[in-house]
Amino acid sequence: MPEALEASELLSRQIRGWLVEITHKKKTAHLASALSCVDILVAAYCGGTLKVEPSGANSPERDRIILSKGHAVGALYAILAYRGFFDEKLLDTWNEDGGKLPEHPSPGCVPGLELATGSLGHGLPCGLGMALGMRIKKLDSKVLVVLSDGECNEGSVWEAAMMAPAQKATNLAVIIDYNKWQATGRSDEVLSLNPLADKWKAFGWHTQEVDGHNLTELQNAIEDAYRQKDKPTAIIAHTVKGKGVSFMEDDNNWHYRAPTADEVSLALLELGLA
Amino acid sequence: MRNAFAHAITALAREDPRISLLSGDIGNRMFDKFKTAYPDRFFNCGVAESNMTGVAAGMALCGLRPFTYTITPFVTTRCLEQIRVDVCYHNAPVTIVAVGAGYSYATLGSTHHACEDIALLRALPGMTVICPGDAVEVEAAVGAILRQDNPVYLRLGKKGEPVIHETTPNFEIGKGITIQDGSDICLLNTGNTLPIAIETGKILERRGISVKVVSLHTVKPLDQDLLKEAFNSYPLVATVEEHSLIGGLSGAIAEWLADNGPTNAHFCRIGTPDKFFHLTGSQSYLRKQTGLTPKSIADLLENRLLKI
Repeated sequence: MPEALEASELLSRQIRGWLVEITHKKKTAHLASALSCVDILVAAYCGGTLKVEPSGANSPERDRIILSKGHAVGALYAILAYRGFFDEKLLDTWNEDGGKLPEHPSPGCVPGLELATGSLGHGLPCGLGMALGMRIKKLDSKVLVVLSDGECNEGSVWEAAMMAPAQKATNLAVIIDYNKWQATGRSDEVLSLNPLADKWKAFGWHTQEVDGHNLTELQNAIEDAYRQKDKPTAIIAHTVKGKGVSFMEDDNNWHYRAPTADEVSLALLELGLA
Repeated sequence: MRNAFAHAITALAREDPRISLLSGDIGNRMFDKFKTAYPDRFFNCGVAESNMTGVAAGMALCGLRPFTYTITPFVTTRCLEQIRVDVCYHNAPVTIVAVGAGYSYATLGSTHHACEDIALLRALPGMTVICPGDAVEVEAAVGAILRQDNPVYLRLGKKGEPVIHETTPNFEIGKGITIQDGSDICLLNTGNTLPIAIETGKILERRGISVKVVSLHTVKPLDQDLLKEAFNSYPLVATVEEHSLIGGLSGAIAEWLADNGPTNAHFCRIGTPDKFFHLTGSQSYLRKQTGLTPKSIADLLENRLLKI
């Protein structure tokens, strides 16, 4: 395995370990949703296609990554800290009174945080606005928006999905964290989500389907996305909710549950971090 | 007022490359000059106002100064969540431009009426609310908006309203403009009813009652100096607006009074009732139905003054 890929896989496991521990400590929700998108964020932040560096966190020319599924922000806080956007010690203050890391991110709460999210269906319209803004300013910057599958219930997602191809926003890509669950049920049963890739294709997007836990597939898909000449790209990332911890995988109770101390130990063992 | 907006935004876009204009599939021909001159900065966002508002916020977060534009309910209540989260929470300098204040689109029915928008937009943290009284104030307001960096709600009438100002007044956000001075009643108007307020003043003058008429174009933030002076110097202060008595200019001033009273002045509020219209009618018909005419307002104020 190439060295960089090996480092990224280790990083994914470390982020998962931190998420399990902090969720236990702070008794916060949405652990399984965060575990689901860890590899997507690692591929986005470490894959090399997108220019996202701590030194350029305020540069007008930077690329922008938006985690539209704001309830999974633990994964984003962790990767921003590991990438050096802020001191890792700050992670311990998650959800503390008067702290900078809310359960859904506030505007600019930490360097590298591009958009306050938490209410679903906002990331794609705002991301499209950034992509078009870059075009107005004649900058080459790219925008990547990470959506959840449940989030695709929101009409605003599809409003943006119709406008982006009309504007030929080739500097815009979305990754849908398609873990087949939303808060209270299967995402294809609550509303008719399938066939998801066909929906995006029908809306005029260049569409790819990848294993959302395979960093190589994810990185290749992100690289390919911005090579498109006339269409924005939608990457359907097939994922497992609660990925990385066997007893959490595909069990929707972990949308809200926090692990016990014993469960944390078991999880860390499974992640090879004990 | 809408033509004044189109004219102002087109003229200002020449000097200010940050300006972008987003329309919700409306403004047929009105923005042709803008589109021709700045095709890369005009976006017809379709009938999709939630997305339009989010797109505008995204542009603003990249350093641009977007204006979103369509009929009032669709650019305000339809996408209130996006205005709240994408625009106000981020303090993104987006200007929400609404055409059709109050009953401006009367015959199109209550779906197109706008008598709750000030109340809703005013409640959002960080939002400035401006309701110009005529086309001249519209143009001045657009200039003033670009000299500050916060979210703004700009509430326009429709078209063909009487032009009140012969020359461009000194327009400052949060500062009312005195149209005429007087000593018995202080009549505060916001928005497209300014000609009604002025005519009311004339009727009362003929009845021997001296009326100060103010275009209080900014509902948020309120002109506190003006309010202090009004409630300290006049026996009767009145508000006129084509907006519900719940939460509009009069509501804002009632809140201010609760915090800054007591006062010797009496306060009279004139606005639209807490109801939808199910029958058809023109703007002048609806104004008559709701007492928003110079004669009925003058009668009301004269009676109130006599009782003091």
